[in-house]
Amino acid sequence: MLEHDVLVVGAGLAGMRAALAATEMGANTGIISKVYPVRSHSNAAQGGINAALVDRGDAWEEHAYDTVKGSDYLGDQDSIELMCQVAGEELISLEHMGVIFNRDDEGRLGTRAFGGQRRARTFFVADFTGQAILHVLYEQLLKSEITSYEEWFVTSLVMQEGKCCGVLAMEIRTGRVYLIKAKTVILCTGGLGRVFEPSTNALIVTGDGIALAYRAGVPLMDMEMVQYHPTTLKGSGVLITEGARGEGAYLLNKDGERFMERYAPSMMELASRDVVSRSETIEIAEGNGINGSVLLDCRHLGEQLIKEKLSQIYDIGLDLLGIDITQEPIPVQPGMHYQMGGIKTDVDGLTSVPGIYAAGECACVSVHGGNRLGANSLLDTVVFGHRAGNHAAEVSKGTTQEPLDVEELVGQEEKRLAEILSRDANGDRVARIRLDMGTAMNAHLGVYRDQNGMKEALDTIQQLKERYTTVPVEDKGRTFNTDMVFDLELGLMLDCAEAIAVSALERKESRGAHSRTDFPERNDADWLKHILVTSTPEGPKISYSPVVITQWTPEERKY
Amino acid sequence: MDLAVKVRRYDPEAKEPIPYWSEYKVEVDEYTTVLDTLINIREDIDGTLSLRCSCRSAICGSCSMRVNGHAQLACKTRVSEIAPDGGSVTIEPMGNMEVIKDLVVDMTPFWDKVKAVDPWLQPEGPEPEGEYLAPNEDMLHLAGVMGCILCGACVSDCTVLEVDSNFLGPAALAKAYRFVADPRDSQEKPRLDSLRQYSGIWDCTRCMECVQVCPKGVAPMDRIMVMRDLAMNAGFDKEIGARHTDAFVELVSHSGRLDELKLPVKTVGMFNIRAMQSFAPVGLRALVRGKMPPIFHKMLPNVENVRRIFRKLEPKK
Ligand SMILES: Cc1cc2nc3c(=O)[nH]c(=O)nc-3n(C[C@H](O)[C@H](O)[C@H](O)COP(=O)(O)OP(=O)(O)OC[C@H]3O[C@@H](n4cnc5c(N)ncnc54)[C@H](O)[C@@H]3O)c2cc1C
Ligand code: SF4
Ligand code: SF4
Ligand code: FES
Repeated sequence: MLEHDVLVVGAGLAGMRAALAATEMGANTGIISKVYPVRSHSNAAQGGINAALVDRGDAWEEHAYDTVKGSDYLGDQDSIELMCQVAGEELISLEHMGVIFNRDDEGRLGTRAFGGQRRARTFFVADFTGQAILHVLYEQLLKSEITSYEEWFVTSLVMQEGKCCGVLAMEIRTGRVYLIKAKTVILCTGGLGRVFEPSTNALIVTGDGIALAYRAGVPLMDMEMVQYHPTTLKGSGVLITEGARGEGAYLLNKDGERFMERYAPSMMELASRDVVSRSETIEIAEGNGINGSVLLDCRHLGEQLIKEKLSQIYDIGLDLLGIDITQEPIPVQPGMHYQMGGIKTDVDGLTSVPGIYAAGECACVSVHGGNRLGANSLLDTVVFGHRAGNHAAEVSKGTTQEPLDVEELVGQEEKRLAEILSRDANGDRVARIRLDMGTAMNAHLGVYRDQNGMKEALDTIQQLKERYTTVPVEDKGRTFNTDMVFDLELGLMLDCAEAIAVSALERKESRGAHSRTDFPERNDADWLKHILVTSTPEGPKISYSPVVITQWTPEERKY
Repeated sequence: MDLAVKVRRYDPEAKEPIPYWSEYKVEVDEYTTVLDTLINIREDIDGTLSLRCSCRSAICGSCSMRVNGHAQLACKTRVSEIAPDGGSVTIEPMGNMEVIKDLVVDMTPFWDKVKAVDPWLQPEGPEPEGEYLAPNEDMLHLAGVMGCILCGACVSDCTVLEVDSNFLGPAALAKAYRFVADPRDSQEKPRLDSLRQYSGIWDCTRCMECVQVCPKGVAPMDRIMVMRDLAMNAGFDKEIGARHTDAFVELVSHSGRLDELKLPVKTVGMFNIRAMQSFAPVGLRALVRGKMPPIFHKMLPNVENVRRIFRKLEPKK
């Protein structure tokens, strides 16, 4: 019998941080991931992690203010304060575990500038910060007593009398279904990037945890807030880090003009992401782009700086575009990047359903509100992963395991999966449904939105959900059936897509990443509140929750 | 342009589970990567093809496979570079690992070996309140190894692993180096002591394969060589491998070239009969393949120059 006090789903930064915290608290801890832990998408984070260190003359209040303003006042200020207060501590503890952060001349941790912040407070490891931290947490995982289920796919949460008591999961290598019992389950499954096409996100980022929680009755919050990153490659959507602009790269239009001068005269290229992405979209729409892109120019930074601090994008230029970025500018465009919303939790990761916790990108505390600042997400994962791990371990101590009919539950799930495998070919394909969904989401829930477009997208999603119920899986085997995995992921993504479209249609104003051409202004009187969406047998149900304001009253946002 | 992609397949559930080839025709352009083509095949042509992939940008380490015979990241390899005029590309799973299905291999031994080098920082004394102070150069140097994405390409093509699966291998040893060279770690000596044992740093034959195939410039072999030096400097010079190196130096400085017949003798000692016997198969194999070193070892004509180099390099006594 597989059984744990705390079971963490997902082995990215949030998941491993949570598991380490729980095991340190003495809980019998398991961690489960559909890919080997170091393959998790956290390793894609290039730029860095934010923290305001007092001994560098920075103050957490400043970081908190930048975050609140960046969120377009939709972030909950109490949670933001907490995150910024403990940021330094979390950063130092990562360093103590072994992260090789870049240093300054005195051997202390060095910083770089990032968008939407008035101070350089982003700590980094060249331009592979996420990978460097992820691998160190993995080292700690190897050192610990945590049971690690690697290449296991969680297919459902096990609910009994309104409480979560574990998960059902498929061991990908054998195709066998297992039930893992747990007193508490922490969902750390990351974002939902693949709901959009293109996206900067890896192919495994399919919103699984968000949809699993949604199906179990947990409300999702701020789902309409989807971040488009200003510098992604056309076609593939591969990301060029904001670190490039942090190091001083320019954005140019087809006439070689630094157009951000006209949109954000003081912060220029380092204005908040939603602002820069909108500016680029306008430039391209007005015919000032080149083939639907603008240019990111690194040439003046010099070869040495580029190779030392931006080595990964130097390689991406060479490998994917065949260009030398020390000699040529890079064509870029806004691309889907991050989901600010997610599973609604409190600052301890707890959701409204007993036994279910969430942390990391799949959760919504909400510290990012309408727009996340660059390098605040890694911080979010470690701060709230840590807290969720602690809390879940504590709660598990006072909980006894409910008896479960394991055979019955496993049998039902196996039947569900067998039905999918048994479908006959009907000309449709999982990949095609995903592409139709991604294209519709990108077209109508991208940088600019309006009522008709969003309605159209929602209709499309509903049709796709129909198609999904009969789409066949070509691979009929049990062993490492990736075809089957895609099918399961698609089902989860469609739920996420629906939650996004429904929430976005609800918000009749423009705020943060949610820019409506039919409601171009922010409207604090009516919409300074979170939108929640809950799954019910009658379909998605909308409700609201107030935004917590402590010390910063909403004002107009200028960069 | 059109491309023929040949993929080595394996289905353990087939009636007769034996490897076979599938060939696909796909449309590619200048920027198409090998991974793009495989995804294209899987999504539009043949859903039964299994492979691991995720990030599409050479950072997650999922997509190592053999492309035209050498291990590479599929997402980092543009088709136009390896098959400039169209033609065909051959794709196989990584080597030195058991195939589970198609391009998916069993990486369990790979992770076990990483774990075997105690890959976690072990500082000494109480933690400082702030960060550990460390020179930026040291951290930049470590970044070169920390850049390892544990993709397995080096292990796939390592020539020693082909004959001795116990060898820790380039990836695990590069990981070990990351701690040996970390100024914050206090266990350099114990680490070196365990790395110098059988299956460790002395088992590498310096074939360079790992350096050539590594997609992240980690250069595992170079790290292994540095650890050999460090181990010798730490006083671990009575080891078989270390003696091998000593003997190597002695022979080359004497005759200007390597006397491959004397080397084993010098390394294990003339009277270690059992060890000497164990060399017999190697000698036989070498003979069969026409690689037996000449019995009469000739000195290089200008051996004086070689000796001068050695005198220059030798530390002053
Ligand atoms: C290209 C890119 C660059 C970025 N750069 C930065 C940056 O510089 N700074 C910053 O702060 N943020 C950055 N971000 C955002 C940040 O990387 C992510 O938000 C963060 O890493 C998410 O971490 P996570 O732990 O929540 O999830 P992930 O790291 O995505 O991990 C999710 C885990 O869940 C597992 N999982 C998912 N579904 C299942 C399932 N059904 N069953 C079992 N396991 C499952 C996965 O296997 C994985 O282990 C970037 C994002 C991208 C895409
Ligand atoms: S150089 Fe050494 S470690 Fe590298 S591939 Fe050759 S034998 Fe293996
Ligand atoms: S050393 Fe290079 S080839 Fe080997 S696992 Fe690391 S990144 Fe891959
Ligand atoms: S897909 Fe991640 S390394 Fe190739």
